Amino acid sequence: MAARATGNRTRWLVSGPPLFYLIVFFALPTLLMVGASFRSPGEFGGLAPLFGADGAIDLNLESYARFFDEPVYVQIFLKSVIMAFLTTLICLLLAYPLAMVIARSSKRRRDLMLLLVILPFWSNFLIRIYAWMIILGPQGALARTVDWLLSIVGAEPVSLLFSPFAVLVCLVYVHLPFMVLPLYANLEKHDQALLDAAQDLGANGWQRFWRVTFPLSLPGVYAGAVLVFIPALGIFAIPDILGGPNDSLIGNVIKQQFLETRDWPFGSVLSIMLTIAALALAALAAWIGRVGGAHGGRRGA
Amino acid sequence: MALLEIRGVVRRFGDFVAVDHVDIDINAGEFFTLLGPSGCGKTTLLRLIAGFDLPDEGRVLLNGADLAGKPPEQRPVRTVFQSYALFPHMTVEGNVAFPLKMAKVPAAEIAGKVAKALEDVRLRGFGQRLPHELSGGQKQRVAIARALITHPPVLLLDEPLAALDAKLREEMQMELITLQKEVGITFVYVTHDQTEALALSHRIAVMNMGKVEQIDEPSRIYGFPRSRFVADFIGHCNVLSGEVRENARGIVAVDVAGLGLVTVAADSGCKGSGQAAFALRPEKILLRRSGALDESDNRFSGSVQSILYMGDVTVYMVLTDAGARIETLLANSGSGATRSFEIGDRVQIGWAADAGHLLER
Repeated sequence: MAARATGNRTRWLVSGPPLFYLIVFFALPTLLMVGASFRSPGEFGGLAPLFGADGAIDLNLESYARFFDEPVYVQIFLKSVIMAFLTTLICLLLAYPLAMVIARSSKRRRDLMLLLVILPFWSNFLIRIYAWMIILGPQGALARTVDWLLSIVGAEPVSLLFSPFAVLVCLVYVHLPFMVLPLYANLEKHDQALLDAAQDLGANGWQRFWRVTFPLSLPGVYAGAVLVFIPALGIFAIPDILGGPNDSLIGNVIKQQFLETRDWPFGSVLSIMLTIAALALAALAAWIGRVGGAHGGRRGA
Repeated sequence: MALLEIRGVVRRFGDFVAVDHVDIDINAGEFFTLLGPSGCGKTTLLRLIAGFDLPDEGRVLLNGADLAGKPPEQRPVRTVFQSYALFPHMTVEGNVAFPLKMAKVPAAEIAGKVAKALEDVRLRGFGQRLPHELSGGQKQRVAIARALITHPPVLLLDEPLAALDAKLREEMQMELITLQKEVGITFVYVTHDQTEALALSHRIAVMNMGKVEQIDEPSRIYGFPRSRFVADFIGHCNVLSGEVRENARGIVAVDVAGLGLVTVAADSGCKGSGQAAFALRPEKILLRRSGALDESDNRFSGSVQSILYMGDVTVYMVLTDAGARIETLLANSGSGATRSFEIGDRVQIGWAADAGHLLER
C-alpha cells in the first residue's frame, strides 16, 4: 500500500507541473477563445458586455456567419492550406535524400551532419527571416543574377522579395529540420538485410527504394509532414516580413483581427477554424497512414 | 563440369585475409556445406557468391560463366538470410511474390505460383499474414519459399537455423533435406554447427582462417579428418602425437607421451617417420573395468578423472597411469543408467589399431 501511495505521489509530482502549465496556458485560453467566438465585438475593440442593455444574454453565431458569407476568408484559408501543403511537399523532397545520406553515413559524420541540420535553431527565428530580406533583396546577388538571366530572354525584372515566392522559400527553410529529423530517425533504424534481400531477389536500386525503403519510411514521412504542415498553416511572421500586400495567410488575418481591427469574436472564429482544419488534416494523415500501412500488405499480394 | 566453381578466390579486409585462395567445385543437385568457426571466412565466401562482395583475386563461375561484374540482382543465385529478412510491410504472399514481380512475371501467373510455393513449404492459408504474425519456423519457411520461387540454380543459406531452438532446428533439418531432394536445387549451406553439417550435407568444406582444410563427405570428414583442426572441430576427439618408432605392414607405432607405444593403421598419406599425430574418437575406445579381458591392439590402464553426463551418453575422462588424458564415452543403454563408473574407479581403455587415424597436418 505504502509503495503504491508513493508511486501515485511520484506520478503526480512528475506529471503535475506540465499538466498545470498546459491547463493554464493552453486549455483555459482555448476555452476563453471558444467563448469569445459566440460574443459580439465591443464598440472600441475587445468584447461587448455579455449582458446587453436589455439585460438579455448576448451570445450569437454572427462571427461564424461572417466567415462563411464573405468568400475572401475562405479563399485566404484555402491559400494558406495550399501554401502549407507546398511547403510540406518541398520539405519532403529536399529532406528525404538528406535524411538518407545522414542515416547511411558513419557515426562521426552522422553526428556532425545532424548538428548542422539543427544549427539554425541557435539563432533567433525573426533574425533568420530578416536575413532572407537581405538574401532576396533587390541589391542582393541572387536578385541581380535572376534579373540578368531574365534580361537575356528579354523579360522584365521581377521582385523576389515581397512575393509568394519569398514566403514559400522561407517557409521551407524554417521548417526543413522538422522534416529531416523524423525522417532520419526512421531511416536510421532500417535493416540493411532487407535491402540485401531485395537486391538478392532481383530488385534494382530504384525498386529497392520504392518497394522497401519508402514504404517502411512512411511513419517518418507522416510525422515530418504533420510537424511541418501544422505550423506552416498558422504562421504569420514570414508573410508579414517577406510577403507582399496580397500574400497574407490565415495567420496574418487572425493577428490582424486581434491587434488591428480589434474584432476578437471574429479573430476567435478564425482561430477555431484553423485549429479544426489542422486537427482534421492531421487525423486524415494518421488515417491514411494506417490504411496505407494495411494496404501496403495487400499491395504486396 | 561443376555447376558452381570457386577458383583461387581471395578476399582481404585491410591486413586480414578473410578468404585465402579458396578452390571449391560444387556440383548440380548437391547439398554442400561450408563449415567452420566464426571468422573462418565462410559467410564472406557466401557473400562473394551472392555478389554482395567482390573477390580481390580469383573467380566465381556459374555454369562456366564468370559472375564478376554482375551485381547481386542479376545473379541467378538466391540467398536465405540468417535473420530471414522478410519484408515486414508485405504479407506472406507479398514476400513470396516479390522475386516474381522483379522478374516481370505476368500478374496472372503470380497468384498460382505463390500458392504452389506456399503449399510446398506447408504454409497454405498463411498468405495474408504479416511476418510478425509468424513463428520462427514459419518465417524460415517463407524465406525459403521466397528464395526458391524463381527456381534458382543455386540456393545460398547463411546459418538459416541458428535462430531456432534445438527441437525446431532438428525438425527444420529434416525438412531441408526433404525439400532439397524434391526441388533438386543446389544448396550451399553455411554453418558453424558441425552436427548440422554432418546431418544435412552431401559434402562439407571445413574452413579455418580463410582456408579450406578439407572437402569431403560427412562420414569421411568425421572418420578420416586430414588435419588436427578438422579432427578437433568436428565432434569430440583425442588428438595424440609423438615420434614414429616403427612403420611396417601398414601399421605405424607412435610413441605418445603418457601412453607409450600406440599402433595406428596407416591408411594414406601418412608419414613413415618423424613426428606424427593421430585422431582417436571417444566412441571408438573400449572402456572396461580394470582387469577385464580385453584383446585390443592398444591397452592402457588408468582411473576415471571426471564424468560428464549428457543424457544419451556419459563422457568419461580417463587419466592413464603414465599421465595422458583420454576422453571416452559409453552409451547409457541400461534402464535408468546414468553412469557405469564413478570418479576414481580403476579402468582399462583399449582400441584397435584402425580406430586411430593419422593426420596429415
